Amino acid sequence: MNRKWSAAALAGALTLAGCSSDLPATQAPGGTSESAKAKSEFFDQSEFERQLRFRTAKAVGLDSQDGAAKPWEQALEPQLADTAKYAKPGGGYHLCFSNASVDNPWRQVGFKTMKEEVKLHPEITKFTVLDAEAKDDKQISDIQSLASQGCSALVVSPNTTATLTPAVEAACATGVPVIVFDRGVKTSCPVTFIHPIGGFAFGADGAEFLKDKVKPGGKVLALRILPGVDVLEQRWAAADQIFSGSQVKVVGVEFTNGDAAKTKSIVNEYIQREGKIDGVWMDAGATAVAAVEAFQDAGAAIPPFVGEDQQDFLRMWADEKMTAVAPTYPTYQWRTPVIAALRVLGGKQVPREWVLPQPKVTQDTLKDFIKQDMPPLHYAMCGCEGMPGYPAPWK
Amino acid sequence: MRARPRLTGGTGPVLVVLLVLLVALAFAGPAYAEPSGYLALLKRAAPLVVLAVGQYFVIVSGGFDLSVGSLVTAEVVVAARLVDGDDANTWWVIALLLGCGILVGLVNGLITTKLLVPSFIVTLGMLLVLDGAVFLWSGGAPRGALSPSFRVLGRGSAEVPVLGQLPWSVIVLLVVVVAAVWFMRGGTGRLLLALGDNENVVRLAGGGVDRLRLLAFVLSALLASVAAILLAGFAGVSAQVGDGLEFRAITAVVLGGVLLGGGRGSVVAAAAGALSLEALFSLLNLLGVSGALESAVQGVIIIAAVAYAAHGAGLRRMLRRPVLDTV
Repeated sequence: MNRKWSAAALAGALTLAGCSSDLPATQAPGGTSESAKAKSEFFDQSEFERQLRFRTAKAVGLDSQDGAAKPWEQALEPQLADTAKYAKPGGGYHLCFSNASVDNPWRQVGFKTMKEEVKLHPEITKFTVLDAEAKDDKQISDIQSLASQGCSALVVSPNTTATLTPAVEAACATGVPVIVFDRGVKTSCPVTFIHPIGGFAFGADGAEFLKDKVKPGGKVLALRILPGVDVLEQRWAAADQIFSGSQVKVVGVEFTNGDAAKTKSIVNEYIQREGKIDGVWMDAGATAVAAVEAFQDAGAAIPPFVGEDQQDFLRMWADEKMTAVAPTYPTYQWRTPVIAALRVLGGKQVPREWVLPQPKVTQDTLKDFIKQDMPPLHYAMCGCEGMPGYPAPWK
Repeated sequence: MRARPRLTGGTGPVLVVLLVLLVALAFAGPAYAEPSGYLALLKRAAPLVVLAVGQYFVIVSGGFDLSVGSLVTAEVVVAARLVDGDDANTWWVIALLLGCGILVGLVNGLITTKLLVPSFIVTLGMLLVLDGAVFLWSGGAPRGALSPSFRVLGRGSAEVPVLGQLPWSVIVLLVVVVAAVWFMRGGTGRLLLALGDNENVVRLAGGGVDRLRLLAFVLSALLASVAAILLAGFAGVSAQVGDGLEFRAITAVVLGGVLLGGGRGSVVAAAAGALSLEALFSLLNLLGVSGALESAVQGVIIIAAVAYAAHGAGLRRMLRRPVLDTV
């Protein structure tokens, strides 16, 4: 009996340990107050501050030709690492890519951009892509299968962080340079990890805008897609932090599941319940247009809005002369892994953590990003307008 | 013999529930102090009511239709791709959607009746097939856009004499409910109800059992297409639009007191059930209850309604006995 209990306790402890490995590994040492902890387990004071600092830091080109480097070639505070051991001059490269999924417009725009970037480089003679269809187990076997296909370099966009870590470590062990981008992994073995500034900066961009535009005591509605996804949780954690230090009143935080009809119903109900909504914050812009329509259909004035850089929202913003801001998680980051792979194979240095600038679309820059002939769900910050095939592949 | 129109048995309780909810809304939210608040509620609820009416036909005849949610998603995604923002495409695409709905209903019905596969399994299979097909075709992200004229039905309003601005979706809703009531009062409707109660009796009495079942599935899928057009109009394109709608429709139907397994319940009650569900969610939101509770509430309603149906007869007798004794 006693033995059974201890076995159960052990099993429980193991499960707990297993679970806790999925939590953010770094807690801010000392800096995290009790109230911040109570707010969100995803809030991390030191990372929050780092990302806010990055927003105003100057991004630099890697080969000290600042003027010429495009945003997707730039990096913030790069710590360059030597890659001489991977150098393989001469071209004829076989680039491999294990993609988490292409199941949303953001990833579709990104992936198209990446394919066009590959076409720009004749040194890449073969480009092999395996799509994990948003399944961890499929991506693990994808990475294993790519390991035996003679890749010159392997690019990985992990489906989830913790689960894919061992697979990425195994790939590193084969001696092929591994480049990780978008979501990260918990190992330092990849040559570089490429990502825009991050979720805290994204969330803060929108929240600061509303803090500025909504009068003190004004009612803000926060719309989130779903709980538990770390990138989205970070966006909200940052916004929550900024709202709690401001005069605006968050009257509701609702999950929309990314569904336009549900979003519209929720916003409609809040307009009825509160009488007036003075600002809308969103953790992603996919349903921003539905939320704006809810105000139109209710005959209410459209308040200051936080959206994203999708064409449908940008057009609505311009057509309705809205007060809005669009933080972005730029799709141009899909170009960078290809550029990084070629630098590594060419023996050039790359940053260990390649932090890309993460611009936002503002009133002043809005007209530059509206492309009337592009599909409504196209992401404006694709960095693809200058590419030779533009715009056909993105349509 | 009473000449005045009367409600089918079992409609009473859900109408009382609905009335209580509507009155509660008036107290909970200032927007419900005037008719426009209720009109907005009716507009939001229209797609669900239409779906619930369709689901009613299948459930009352003894089956299930789990495919309606994914059918809605499939049709919205297909519509966006085909319309592609051009008003010239609106009408033929709407006709095509209704045609696709009838086709899906025919497939569901034929497999159920000819291959004798339980409808629960057939429509679950159809749900997965449609989900997979949509994903394969769209890659998970819908392309194209709906034209303004396509969206009028779900979003716009018509100028009606006396009443003023009446949303098109409310007009569609009224037409569907009136037509359904008219249908259920006719001979075919009564046979459909009898079919859910006792299939053998209908067969022996010379009713075309297979034909009736087929009709129920076609009506359900056709009304799901109407709901898809309303939803797409209401909120635009989304690949998540139909998620969970089948369970919402079933919840609405059982909330209306329609017996799972068929044979009892009225179509008005099913429609009232859908409206009650939507009113309940609005009320919960007004009271500040998190939206996450919606699925839990739905689950409780389904279980409670089925348990009531199983034990309700005994319960009703117990309640009635004293009354009978005094007569």
